[in-house]
Amino acid sequence: MTTAEDPMSATPPPMERTADGGRCWVKRHRWPTRLWHWVNAVAMLVMLMSGLMIFNAHPRLYWGDYGANSDKAWLQIGSRGDKGLLVLGKERFETTGVLGLWTDAKGIERRRAFPGWATIPSSYSLADARLWHFFFAWILVGSAMFFFVASLLNGHFRTDLLPIRHELALRHIWADIVAHVRLRFPTGAAAKRYGILQKVAYLSVIALLLPLIILTGLTMSPAMNAAWPWLLDLFGGRQSARSVHFLCAAGLVLFFLVHIAMVVLAGPINEVRSMITGWYRLPEDKA
Amino acid sequence: MTISRRRLLSGLAVTTGGLLLSACDKINALPSVRSALKSAEGLTMRSQRVIAGRDALAPEFTAADLSPVFRSNGTYQPAGSAYEAHRQAGFADWKLSIAGLVQRPLSLSMAQIRSMPARTQITRHDCVEGWSAIGQWTGVPLKLLLDMAGLRSSARYLIFRCADRYGAMPYYESIDLIDAFHPQTIMAWGLNGALLPVGNGAPIRLRVERQLGYKHAKYVEHIQAVDSLNEYGLGKGGYWEDHHDYAWYAGI
Repeated sequence: MTTAEDPMSATPPPMERTADGGRCWVKRHRWPTRLWHWVNAVAMLVMLMSGLMIFNAHPRLYWGDYGANSDKAWLQIGSRGDKGLLVLGKERFETTGVLGLWTDAKGIERRRAFPGWATIPSSYSLADARLWHFFFAWILVGSAMFFFVASLLNGHFRTDLLPIRHELALRHIWADIVAHVRLRFPTGAAAKRYGILQKVAYLSVIALLLPLIILTGLTMSPAMNAAWPWLLDLFGGRQSARSVHFLCAAGLVLFFLVHIAMVVLAGPINEVRSMITGWYRLPEDKA
Repeated sequence: MTISRRRLLSGLAVTTGGLLLSACDKINALPSVRSALKSAEGLTMRSQRVIAGRDALAPEFTAADLSPVFRSNGTYQPAGSAYEAHRQAGFADWKLSIAGLVQRPLSLSMAQIRSMPARTQITRHDCVEGWSAIGQWTGVPLKLLLDMAGLRSSARYLIFRCADRYGAMPYYESIDLIDAFHPQTIMAWGLNGALLPVGNGAPIRLRVERQLGYKHAKYVEHIQAVDSLNEYGLGKGGYWEDHHDYAWYAGI
C-alpha cells in the first residue's frame, strides 16, 4: 500500500486508510497494472474489430494445415438468398441482419460475415484492417511483456492473482459462485482481495488467452513458420492455429462482456476510478 | 408525445453508433494515421528477418498432405489475344527475360528453362485472405538464373512483370535479394506433377515461400534487376502495394 514510488498515483482522497464506520480508501491497483489495463483495452478493441474485418476476407475456418473453399470448413458465415447464415458443423443458424447479410449505415445491403459496426474499417478493406491489426499487435505484445515483467517483480502475480490453497477447495468455489449469482459482493476488508472467480477469470485472460492468441497469430505467418516450425506442431497446422486464434478472440469477448457486467453491478464509478487513480473505496460492511 | 422511450433510446444508440463509425473511418483515412500504421511493417520485417535469418526454410510437406484441390485466385485467365495465342501454342514461344542491372541479359524459352536443374518442393501457399493450400511445385531455382545473368553490385531488388492485368493495371511484384537467393525461391513451371495450369500462372510463376500469396507473381515475362522500386508502377513494389496499400513485406 505504499504510494511513494508511484508516479501515476493521484493525490489520495482525504479519507485515506482511516476507518469510517467500516469504509475506507485502499490503494487497489499498482501503476503498471493500471497503465497496462488501459493500453491493453484499446489494443484489444482495435485488434478485435480489425480482426473481424480480416475474417470477412475469408469467412471460413478449418482444422489442419490447409483449408480453402473446396475443403470442409467447421465454421462458416455467409448468405443464401435473403438469409444470413452461420454454419457450425452440420447446424445452420439464421443470422440475417447481423451476420452474413446486413444493411450498412447508408441502408445498403451487404453480404459480408461481420457487420460494419463491428469492424475496422466499417466498409470492406482487408488491406486497411491489416494495417491496424499489425500495428496494434506490437502495442499489445509490448504492453503485455511490460505487464508480465512488472507483475513478476512487484508481486502482483504471486500475491494478488495466484489462488491460495484453500481458495481452490470446491466448497469455497461454490460459495463464490452462489454469492455472484445472488449479486452479493464482498464488503469491508474482504473486498481488498480478489475472489477466486475473479482470479480464475483474470488468469485465464493473462496466462491463457493472451499468450495463445499471440502464438496462434504468429503461427499464421509464413515467415515465422520458417523461423519457428514448432509453432505448427504445437497447434496442428496453420489453419488450426487460425481457428484457435478466432476461438481465443471469442473467449476474450466473453470475458469482456462479463467483466463490464461485473463492473456495472459492483459500482462502476468506484471500480473505474480505482483502475484510473488506483484508489478504491471499500464497500461498507452490511453488519 | 408519440416518441416512445424505446424509440428514443434506439434512435440515440443508432446515431451515436453512426457518429462513432464515421469518426473511426475518418481517422482511418487520415494520411498521418496511415503512415504511422504503416511504420509497423518495417519493424515486422526487420524482426522476422532477424528471427528467421536468411536461409530458414519454409516447412515442406509430403504427398499425403497435398490439398485435394489447389485453389486458383486473382487472375484465372489472362485477357488478351497475345496470351491466348501462347496458350494455344503450349507456350512454345513464351520467353522469360532477365534484364536491368545484370551483366548478361537473358531471354529464355520454356524449353530451355525446363531443361535446367529443377527443385521440387511441397509447400503451403497462404493467401492474404486467410486460406491455405498445399501443392507440389517444380521449377528452376531463381539463384541459378541470377547467376547466369550475373547481377551487378548495384542491384537491390527484382521486379517481376506479368502478362496479366488486374483491373486495368498490369500485375507486377518485387522481392529483395535475400528472398531472391533463398534456396526455396524458384521460378515454378510445374504443379502437382503436371505443367503449371493457366489458373495458377502458366507457363511460369514465382514461388517465394516465406511470404503471402500475392507476392508469388504469376504469368511472369520479365525479371528486372533494379536498385530502387521507385521507377515502376507507383513505386511501392507491386500491384496490390500500389493500388490497395498492401504491405510490400508479406511475411505475416
